[in-house]
Amino acid sequence: MNWIKTKNNNKINALEIPTGTVEELKTDLRNMKYRPIGFFGKQEFSNVRLYVVLADDSLGDIYVSSILFNPDIKSYDSLTPEFPAFHNFEREFYEDFKIEPKNHPWLKPLRKNQDEYPFFKMEGEDVHEVAVGPIHAGVIEPGHFRFMCQGEKIYNLEIMLGYQHKGIEELMLNPNNRLAESICGDSVIAYNMAFSQVIEALTQTTIPKRAQLIRRIALEMERMAIHIGDLGAISGDMAYLMGASIFGTTRTLIINTMLEISGSRFGRGLFDVGGVNFDIDKEMTKKIKSTIDEVLKTVKRTAETMLKKTSCISRMEQTGTVSKETAVLLGAVGMAARASGINIDSRYDFKDEWYLKYWQNTEFKPAGDVWSRFMLRYKEIIQSAAFINNFLDELDNNKDGLTTSINNIPPNTFAISIVEGWRGEIVHCAITGADSEFIRYKIKDASFNNWYMLSMAVRNNGISDFPLCNKSFNLSYCGNDL
Amino acid sequence: MFDTIKLKYFQGNQYIKDIKNAQIKEQFRGFPIIKSSKLDSSVCPTGALSANPNSIDLGKCTLCGKCQCEAIKFTNKYKLASTSKENLIIKENMTYEDFEKIAIKARQEIKRVFSKSLKLRQVSAGGCNGCEMELNACSNCNFDMGRYGIDFVASPRHADGIVITGPITKAMAYALEDCYKSVPEPKIVILTGACAISGGIFQDSKELDRTFIEKYNIDLYIPGCPVHPLTFINAVLDFISA
Repeated sequence: MNWIKTKNNNKINALEIPTGTVEELKTDLRNMKYRPIGFFGKQEFSNVRLYVVLADDSLGDIYVSSILFNPDIKSYDSLTPEFPAFHNFEREFYEDFKIEPKNHPWLKPLRKNQDEYPFFKMEGEDVHEVAVGPIHAGVIEPGHFRFMCQGEKIYNLEIMLGYQHKGIEELMLNPNNRLAESICGDSVIAYNMAFSQVIEALTQTTIPKRAQLIRRIALEMERMAIHIGDLGAISGDMAYLMGASIFGTTRTLIINTMLEISGSRFGRGLFDVGGVNFDIDKEMTKKIKSTIDEVLKTVKRTAETMLKKTSCISRMEQTGTVSKETAVLLGAVGMAARASGINIDSRYDFKDEWYLKYWQNTEFKPAGDVWSRFMLRYKEIIQSAAFINNFLDELDNNKDGLTTSINNIPPNTFAISIVEGWRGEIVHCAITGADSEFIRYKIKDASFNNWYMLSMAVRNNGISDFPLCNKSFNLSYCGNDL
Repeated sequence: MFDTIKLKYFQGNQYIKDIKNAQIKEQFRGFPIIKSSKLDSSVCPTGALSANPNSIDLGKCTLCGKCQCEAIKFTNKYKLASTSKENLIIKENMTYEDFEKIAIKARQEIKRVFSKSLKLRQVSAGGCNGCEMELNACSNCNFDMGRYGIDFVASPRHADGIVITGPITKAMAYALEDCYKSVPEPKIVILTGACAISGGIFQDSKELDRTFIEKYNIDLYIPGCPVHPLTFINAVLDFISA
């Protein structure tokens, strides 16, 4: 199969994307061992073109190719049995275009048709099912969980999503920044950044360095805020209420600083395509630095106190373990994958120059359990704080304005942008047609890969540990359902 | 244990003492003031801004500040809620005081039944998780909504009303109505955020089913994108003591 090699935040000519076959794709997957980051269809007159985008994390390369299905072809041999990382991608493609991947182990609806969802069944003595949702006990997004248990022990968890589906990809054909940042309200900056970078890649716009820095400062603040909030949520779920209270109020400090920068606690409206809307001046720099210092002090003190408590440690250790082998097979990404021992971080892998300049590895031994995800978040809070301080120092040397003008969007072009949100990589792909109009906009959240990890994590755990496992991942419903 | 006690001491008290008069930083985009002039309504991503006559519909507005100019200024006033959808339309030269006077007018029985205790069931119906995070923040140590007897509960059977966030997707329409029917009478419905009130940024989506909003009586509209915890808590407090 022929491939076009490209980089993150780049565009290629959509008409030059080669066409191959499923068999060729399988052969190449065996040899190249790259990871899928895009696998989506597009109607092309009566044909369907399936775009395949693979990532080579070791070199930061992206490979793009396609497979053409004419209207007579209604099925193909599924990739999932050999390459399980494709399982959700194939379900999505089948749902959208009704071309069946034959021998897919569980070709169930991904976002649509919850009425006819064929749940797994288990029979035997002491066996019972627990159904939860779509409306959960807490104030969270909707989704349905079906636990198959024997006594207290979970045999399998099946997750049915799709309740948040509101046709985002269709709406994004007439995109704007406000819509982009509303796709997933806990990753406002990451989603807005991915969208802005796709448009900037399409139009070959380079935004001022100062704007690049401000975006990255906001991205790291978002990561810090959510990680701290989640440390609190994990503490709350194991009844360590002191942790829940303190992490909760510490998070407030960061998002209130974000409000002072952008007028919104989550950074809505902070930037548009072509630059940023709010500057960080000298006074603000000082303010952010002192807030970060204070936050870091509190987080360290609270976490260290907590980690001395055996009752806390015993709840987290060996709870909800996902082995590295399982995580690799599932194509896990982001924070959860790192906690299982996969060395993957798109900030580093796809060579973001600002991050590379200040990159320091976090000392961390992954074990794939709740403890690892807790510790990794803790380490990442410290890492993000260091990045913010470095980037704030860089602002002094980079006073090249905040915005730049944007060129016209070119016809027949394919562009891709990958941003490491706090959950993991967020991939946006855009394809334009002959009149420079958008003909396909594809979004992949880290949760799309990682939801199945949660299912694997809770196997053989007590059902009472489910909330703890769930919070340690904190996956996105709307990022998956779109 | 001593570490934990020391930690508590080191933290001190973090709650906002006077939540009714709390100030938000001036950068916050809240109540808009519109002066008479010729406006360009095309800058608005949700159609909240109208140029004929000049007005901003807070039910649609995401408070993004795109339209901010000589004639439009977003103040840091955060009490934006109203019991009627019409009152959410802020007209030319309307002041915050004018708005406060007409904003919240509750039914007689509300104060009698709910002013001491109000338990709410939240239904996330297709939102982006932004409003959900802010509603969770209402119960944290800073805002501590529980001190006024207002809480989120796990079951609609325990609730006095429901709080809806999100534009209501087709997939959530049934569950939402089911939840509403499970709440015992008398009950209230609160719409939280631009999405719930008008569809907001997702109003053009074909995957929405907003018949619930037309079918049932809505008691309180709380605008924002997402709703600030102070906006939410004050709205509910004003509503149950009105």
